[in-house]
Amino acid sequence: MNDYIIKVENLVKRFGQLVAVDNISFTVAPREIFGFLGPNGAGKTTTINILCTLSKPTSGQAIVNGYDVVRQQMQVRQSIGLVFQDPSLDERLSGLQNLHFHALAYHVPASVREQRIEQVLRMMELWDKRHSGVRTYSGGMKRRLELARGLLHYPKVLFLDEPTLGLDPQTRNRIWEYILELRQREGTTIFLTTHYLDEADKADRIAIIDYGKLVAMDTPDRLKKIVGKDIISVKTDDDEKAAEELRLRYQIEARRDSKGLTFEVASGEKFLPTFIKEFGIKILSVNLRSPSLDDAFLKLTGREIREEEVSDAFKAMVRQHGRMRR
Amino acid sequence: MNNLRGVYTIWYRDILRFWRDKMRLIGSIFLPLLFLFVFGSGLSSMMGNLGPGVNFAQFMFPGIIGMTVLMSSFMAGVSVVWDREFGFLKEVLVAPISRASVAVGKTLGAATVALIQGTVILLFAPLIGVSLSPWTVLGLLPLMFLLATAIGSFGVLLATRIRTIEAFQAVMQILMFPMIFLSGVFFPLQGVPTWMSILTKLNPATYGITTIRQVILGASPDSPFGITLLGHTMSLWNNVAVLAVFGAVMILAAMRSFSTQD
Repeated sequence: MNDYIIKVENLVKRFGQLVAVDNISFTVAPREIFGFLGPNGAGKTTTINILCTLSKPTSGQAIVNGYDVVRQQMQVRQSIGLVFQDPSLDERLSGLQNLHFHALAYHVPASVREQRIEQVLRMMELWDKRHSGVRTYSGGMKRRLELARGLLHYPKVLFLDEPTLGLDPQTRNRIWEYILELRQREGTTIFLTTHYLDEADKADRIAIIDYGKLVAMDTPDRLKKIVGKDIISVKTDDDEKAAEELRLRYQIEARRDSKGLTFEVASGEKFLPTFIKEFGIKILSVNLRSPSLDDAFLKLTGREIREEEVSDAFKAMVRQHGRMRR
Repeated sequence: MNNLRGVYTIWYRDILRFWRDKMRLIGSIFLPLLFLFVFGSGLSSMMGNLGPGVNFAQFMFPGIIGMTVLMSSFMAGVSVVWDREFGFLKEVLVAPISRASVAVGKTLGAATVALIQGTVILLFAPLIGVSLSPWTVLGLLPLMFLLATAIGSFGVLLATRIRTIEAFQAVMQILMFPMIFLSGVFFPLQGVPTWMSILTKLNPATYGITTIRQVILGASPDSPFGITLLGHTMSLWNNVAVLAVFGAVMILAAMRSFSTQD
């Protein structure tokens, strides 16, 4: 066997003038949970679409489970499972019928079909609702049904494009339990895109992608070490004066935003007591934390991934609304 | 073999959907029956016989069957656009099923539903005073299916290039009603103005409707319901051939177009 199950080399995708994916290369090992982290429009979904044969690369090569995504589309499709960002269920059919269709489409042998359908439905706790029309399912149930469907043909690689977008934290946690259990049981490789940082934290390795380029690729822990230092946020009476004093007294350049000042120090625990005692401007609040993926992202790309979150939640809401209206 | 399986899978889903939605059957035969009984009863006495022993309702009956089949098979296209808008098309497109099989499966699914609906209309024959022998019915089934496949693949072809439900419905209205009105569903095509005569002969549905009528009301060479194309009186088999060629071109185009869309 190869030591990789996905191999991407110099992949480029252009839409007219726009370069959505800009010459990226990486490999994913079997059984790995590989996370693609980046803001919306960074090229995550475009890359997935190429890997799952929905879209053709402008140049470069991608191999999934030993098959070329352009020349061996059928074999690639047979090897992968997908949970899309947007729902892709037949709402008019029951959960069971959706899975039946999938089993037929993916050549799941008739002898094991019923048993496997039952297995994935029970795993996702949907067995009792199997005969109900999908349009009566809640958002979380639909997502779970899509996961069940993605697993039905025992794919070698499961692509999860923002698998928990717009779901409540409780459902998100449950879905993650299933994903981890699946890797344990079936040895499935999981290729994930997300911009939830706690979610990315669960990956074995993360590739940070921004403006179509790979900015960094490593384990979550090592990515956080890029920041290297502890992070302190303070709110003061006069942030401008405080920034000035930080510069003069400690040679620290603080970032200013609406919430106050943020700066990095080698050891927060040692720095804070003396800082609070001797600082000349009245401190309203202090916060000390270890670096997160968010900080790593900020350091690497110069922008915050969270900024996207509001607009995304809004988008999800609009989508939901549009569906209800119909 | 794999392709056949793919076609079957796509077809199977459309049939499942049809069974789950019984109202659709009632809805789709309501309008044709309304035309048949309201216009048929209202106008029959006024119009007298349109052919030997054929009153207006009896004349219209084969046309109404054709119209039902045509309207229903056009839904193949609607269903593709619908699936795209609701996301299900993605599930289909990443499945190990060739795009050409998807196009064929969609067409055959809609054609099967159209065939069922057309057959339901056939059951009303006694009420109109049209007598059907078992042989006539047996001849009609493949004919309806051919018409449905031809029009269905035309719908799928359009759907590969039209992205929104609204746009598709607009195009459908623009195409479907002229196709129905100019195919001889409601009136004989003999003696219509020249411009209309030309349009009816360019209309593929005309050949389907005419053939259904020839099978139900008789296809003797002196039948008043035939088509004359460039001075040649088209036989039943001539009409079937025109329809078959149109259908073959459409389904090949639909398969091709489905494979090249993104």
